[in-house]
Amino acid sequence: MQSVLAVDDSASIRTLVSHVLEAAGYQVVLAEDGREALEFARDNDVDVVLTDINMPNLDGIGLIKALRTLPNYKFTPLLVLTTESGHEKKMEGKAAGATGWIVKPFNPEQLISTVGKVIA
Amino acid sequence: MAIDIDLAEIAQLFIEESMEGLDIMESGLLNLDLGDADTETMNSIFRAAHSIKGGGATFGFMEISNFAHHVETLLDEMRQGDRPVTKDGVDLMLQSVDCIREMINSLADGDVDTTRADELEIDLAKMLGSDASPDPADVTEAAADAASESPGAPIVGWEIKFEPHPGILKSCNDPLRILRELRKLGELEVRSIGASKLLLGEFDPEECHVAWQMTLHGGIALEQIKEIFDWVSDECELSIDPIRDENAPQPPAEVVKESTEDTVTPPPKPAAKKASKSSSSSQDGGSIRVNIDKVDALINLVGELVITQSMLSRFNSDFDFTQIEQLREGLTQLSRNTRELQESVMAIRMLPISFAFSRFPRLVRDTGNALNKKVDLQLVGETTELDKTVLEKIGDPLVHLVRNSLDHGLETPEARVAAGKPETGILQLNAYHEGGNIIIQVIDDGAGINKDRVLAKARERGIVGPDEILSDEKINNLIFMAGFSTVDQVSDLSGRGVGMDVVRRNIGDLGGTVSVKSETGVGSTFTIRLPLTLAILDGQLVRVGSQSYIIPLISIVETIQTNDEKVNEIVGKSELFKLRDEYLSVLRLYEMFGVQADSTRIDDGLLVVAEANGHRVGILVDDLLEQQQVVIKSLEANYRQMPGISGATILGDGTVALILDVPGLIQLFYERNADVQNNVHQVA
Repeated sequence: MQSVLAVDDSASIRTLVSHVLEAAGYQVVLAEDGREALEFARDNDVDVVLTDINMPNLDGIGLIKALRTLPNYKFTPLLVLTTESGHEKKMEGKAAGATGWIVKPFNPEQLISTVGKVIA
Repeated sequence: MAIDIDLAEIAQLFIEESMEGLDIMESGLLNLDLGDADTETMNSIFRAAHSIKGGGATFGFMEISNFAHHVETLLDEMRQGDRPVTKDGVDLMLQSVDCIREMINSLADGDVDTTRADELEIDLAKMLGSDASPDPADVTEAAADAASESPGAPIVGWEIKFEPHPGILKSCNDPLRILRELRKLGELEVRSIGASKLLLGEFDPEECHVAWQMTLHGGIALEQIKEIFDWVSDECELSIDPIRDENAPQPPAEVVKESTEDTVTPPPKPAAKKASKSSSSSQDGGSIRVNIDKVDALINLVGELVITQSMLSRFNSDFDFTQIEQLREGLTQLSRNTRELQESVMAIRMLPISFAFSRFPRLVRDTGNALNKKVDLQLVGETTELDKTVLEKIGDPLVHLVRNSLDHGLETPEARVAAGKPETGILQLNAYHEGGNIIIQVIDDGAGINKDRVLAKARERGIVGPDEILSDEKINNLIFMAGFSTVDQVSDLSGRGVGMDVVRRNIGDLGGTVSVKSETGVGSTFTIRLPLTLAILDGQLVRVGSQSYIIPLISIVETIQTNDEKVNEIVGKSELFKLRDEYLSVLRLYEMFGVQADSTRIDDGLLVVAEANGHRVGILVDDLLEQQQVVIKSLEANYRQMPGISGATILGDGTVALILDVPGLIQLFYERNADVQNNVHQVA
């Protein structure tokens, strides 16, 4: 089963993401912020990481930068969840090493198809 | 893929989370130092607004999301330091917090009222110094894209040239995935071009040195293709050119139209509808967030109970009297398990009083501003836990007491300085446990209650007789009498027609009491005493003839034995007895309930001195039995409401005992002996 590490400080978004992705047949690991996600990632591989940007302790951009320095995450697709429709935040994510983004609000189908796109 | 997700349930989670977020915003805003805002506080305020915006949109609450977006923009500027944190800014943010809270609350009714939000949006826009456009930017962007597609012959395909930068693989964007995505749109011809640096020595497997020229067949919208390259637009050279069928006669209007519709995805309407509907129903039921430790403790206890049960069930099949010791042990264990289980279940309903306290920093700030008084609010014992139901109901009385202290208790800065006190007054909310009760105090260091004025007013209203001498404590507590307000000029704060008598009644309804101690020039202390829970009550079991009744311990002052000689019969049935310096009525319980008592002589029985709403009576009973905790069963739900009775419980022997509603009973007693109260004054 393919696994997704979903990182968001909002419990409702976390629940939504895990419900949707689990229904689509993924194994989902949840983390509340970048620091928790990074701790998990140090010892565990996943097939894709999905992260919010604005989070306490370690934000999404910081998480992506840190993950890209881990050998086992060098070629893992990293997606940011962003409410910013503007170019700037997306590019900030890209510059940090993100593969792509999902713009909130997203519907379940969009989430599944986007994750499906990077996990071939 | 059909995904069946219960969005409604998660939307409810969003609502709860947003409420918490709003609380964080509010307390954060109140704690901000103007001009020198703490970065971490600013960030947490921003994040809360941000989550409400994102979640609101995700769960289909667009009105909330749109409004939160404006709030977020302003907060972002403050957080980045682009905008100073001013009092006006904080005030506007606080109003916005209230507005979002109202909108979320109104979700339960199905419709969100945006009148207030629209007004505030104008203020926000003013502060932001630009027109807050109601349309999200990307809609206009998409429209512009659509418009730029020059009209002409219908599009039958696209020429795409895709030259990834060498580093594209580092962001994990595999060009092959992109080709795969394109194939999903239509028939794709791919030609590899310019495989530049394929010299073995220089070959880096982590770099990409291939480019592609592609032809995609079909009337595909440009947006769909652009979307596929969206993530890599900064990591490649890309050109997309239409192939047009010049022979076709039809204008291409339809294609353009389709593309706009595709890109501007409307929010999932049916799901949103469903979400708001069911959130209203679940809100009625009310949910509670329980610490996982409490649940674990509960599971652990149930485990122990199962062990005890299995141990006891051994005696079911073969029991002989040699095992009696083991049986007794088992029963002891069972009673311990039951007690612990009861405590743990009750603990689930217990919440820290900070939930009720949290609204006060804001309230005190606003009220203080309105009254031009300087107040330092101190919260003590915020972690003290009490039952959720009690917690919800204590809010309003507390607000009233706090407002009262701010309005009538604390003086203006000038008056304080004149009295030799510091300019800033202190208002303290204090909560702690004492016995089976929770004590909540509202303490101010203001002027104290003006006893002369209170007494004069009470005489004027006929509450106190003209020659009656009262202790200071009694005078202070007169302010809880109905229709009592010493302020001649009704301010819009605490003198809004709801008097302290309502506070006392509300607290009385919760089985609690309220009293005040005050010293002129030093301050006042209001003390609320409440049972920890409404489901269980500490009661004194009393007997009248063959009947057992339970008197809530919280109402009992003392129990005395007296004799007929000490009782003065005034008129008809009203009897008074003297307890120290006070005359109390004798309430014969057997008379009230029409039951047969052992004896009607006061010498043979006991007088339970009980107090409610400032009235004390001696309840005559035959005997005192044990004190015990009883589980309250509603009489109303099982039978009907009875005056003087608040509920019933089942005793250990299986019989039912009625629980006395002491305030109701006293009221009933006075109604039956309408003249008794006047007599009390005459005697005194």
